[in-house]
Amino acid sequence: MNTTAQFDIQYCQYLDADGRFLPDLDLSTLPSFAHDPIELVRMYKMMVLVRAFDTKAINLQRTGKLGTYPPAAGHEAAQVGAAAALNAEDVIAPVYREIGTQMWRGVRMAEILRYWGGDESGNDFINTRHDFPWCVPIATQTLHAAGAAFAFKIRNEPRCALAYIGDGGTSEGTFYEAMNVAGVQQLPVIFYVVNNRWAISTPLSQQTAAHTLAQKAIAAGIPGIQVDGNDLLAVRHVIEQALARARRGEGPTVVEALTYRLSDHTTADDASRYRSTHEVEQAWNIEPMKRMRAYLERLQLWDDVQEQSYKHECSQQIEAAVSEYLATPTPPVTAMFDYLFAHPPQRLLDQRDQAMMNSRATDNHG
Amino acid sequence: MAKVTLIEAINMAHAWEMSHDASVVALGQDVGRNGGVFRATQGLQKTFGADRVIDTPLAEGMIAGLCVGMAAQGLKPVAEIQFMGFIYPAMDQIVNHMSRLRNRTRGRLTCPVVIRTPHGGGIHSPEHHSESVESMFCHVPGLRVVCPSSPARAYGLLLAAIREPDPVLFLEPVRIYRYARQDVEDNGEALPLDVCYVLREGGDCTLVTWGAMTVESLKAADELAKQGIYVEVIDLATLSPIDAETILESVAKTGRLVIVHEAARNVGVGAEIAAIVAEHGLYDLEAPIQRVTGYDTIVPLARLEHDYVPSVARIVTAVRTTLS
Repeated sequence: MNTTAQFDIQYCQYLDADGRFLPDLDLSTLPSFAHDPIELVRMYKMMVLVRAFDTKAINLQRTGKLGTYPPAAGHEAAQVGAAAALNAEDVIAPVYREIGTQMWRGVRMAEILRYWGGDESGNDFINTRHDFPWCVPIATQTLHAAGAAFAFKIRNEPRCALAYIGDGGTSEGTFYEAMNVAGVQQLPVIFYVVNNRWAISTPLSQQTAAHTLAQKAIAAGIPGIQVDGNDLLAVRHVIEQALARARRGEGPTVVEALTYRLSDHTTADDASRYRSTHEVEQAWNIEPMKRMRAYLERLQLWDDVQEQSYKHECSQQIEAAVSEYLATPTPPVTAMFDYLFAHPPQRLLDQRDQAMMNSRATDNHG
Repeated sequence: MAKVTLIEAINMAHAWEMSHDASVVALGQDVGRNGGVFRATQGLQKTFGADRVIDTPLAEGMIAGLCVGMAAQGLKPVAEIQFMGFIYPAMDQIVNHMSRLRNRTRGRLTCPVVIRTPHGGGIHSPEHHSESVESMFCHVPGLRVVCPSSPARAYGLLLAAIREPDPVLFLEPVRIYRYARQDVEDNGEALPLDVCYVLREGGDCTLVTWGAMTVESLKAADELAKQGIYVEVIDLATLSPIDAETILESVAKTGRLVIVHEAARNVGVGAEIAAIVAEHGLYDLEAPIQRVTGYDTIVPLARLEHDYVPSVARIVTAVRTTLS
């Protein structure tokens, strides 16, 4: 018998857990942004803001001021690194947990809170008008990114789409369908698998027998690459490379970022029921914030004073966003009717009238 | 003016809109080179190119999901699902995204998509090729469900569906794809959605139906007319949202209502029509409402399908029952 196909999966990492370059690293391969102090600090600062916002959001939920919220702790490099690689005119199809990506692209913290606080208007992003909203049904968003990329290809626009998906999502048929059609049509799209090892309580070993998730790309005839998702430099570099390929008309890429969900799946979950303290402690040792800070400090781009001062600035920004969110009135009952159709049918308008009357009656009777 | 079949009218509407709106694309399995398994998209790829008439891989959910992404980014996709029995993998995208995107982004992103699919049976096709499961989709907020019953309405309603800024499930009555030819002017004029079409006026009984069942219903009306019974035949045309006004006005005039549909009876669209009349027109009724429908069984294979699909005789009997 002969071998008719074989593959290998590359893994990209620059920094170790202490923010030092890997010993055998060829420094000439470093991406250009790694030499750009302003850009490096800008990305790190966003990671700090995201972590602080995340902590605040959990606290708001715990005190009854926010609905169920999906914490992003541990994902900061995976999120900000990918977002920083994109152009503003590209389009993302995010999973519900992509807090850092959304914030980097310009989604306002008050908008994020409004959505997770139970108001759809939080998805009416003021700054990122073309991006898809948070996607809850797992893996379905991969096709939206493929469809968006198709539109860019048909119109011959130099834009790309990027779909986020988790490790659990790669078990969905939709993920394979999206990779497959993207391969056939050579669509300018990236399927970005943020592998945080746990799909609620299901560990990766029960999700798939595949050695990597990146290799799932191979069956669709497209390249797959793995990256250390806690290494901001590596993440941004790999996504930049994939975007460059796509913009050259060379089609889609699957990027698998290896990270860890440091928090519960959502505020409604208790991860201590299914994973060991030891495992979580180990994950904290390799988390992305410490690594990037150490790297910046070694370059003398950051220090303790800046850290404290910036954290204070973050608190102020977050408090302002929280105040804005808490001061946002509950939408009128008519809001559930008013965005369903461009041309609402009469029966719906009748129900809208009834809802207004019912709502007033409820208000009157307390 | 050309005498065309219903399927040819669908092709004409496609071509008109693609010629006049560069954002319209057609996609689906076999729609390009093959022109669709029923030839609905025949010749379109040759005229408009493979970029706009796209042969996709075989996955209905993927087709619907691509449509969401395309539509949200400014295209107007018209997708074909080859048979309604294969539409279920697409339901996730249709229900969870296509019909919700406008609402969940407060109008920031929209989904002007048309999903076309053959509807109903009676053509001796294999298993899963004869389904009429419109009620599953009529239950979905944010989605329109449309079903033409003649070449002229197929042309005008498909144009309207493509131009509608929101998603439309467009059900094509497969049994009458080539049943009759009708003069249809290829002038790009759409017909209104969300309204019924009164096919025949009559004062004795209102008969509401749609799709291929309009043929049996009109035949039944002919037969009843010979007996001096004049039936008002209404083509529902837009199955969701229902044009209640036209139906209620007719029932106010006739005092009797028969609903005819091919789909299974249980929680069928006929049940909603009956409920509307019970809520708003009960005192106009002089007899209990009758429904003539498919049975609550799985659509049988070819040898029994004519026992399943409502017949002229069953419709005549139902009308006579309301009058007895």
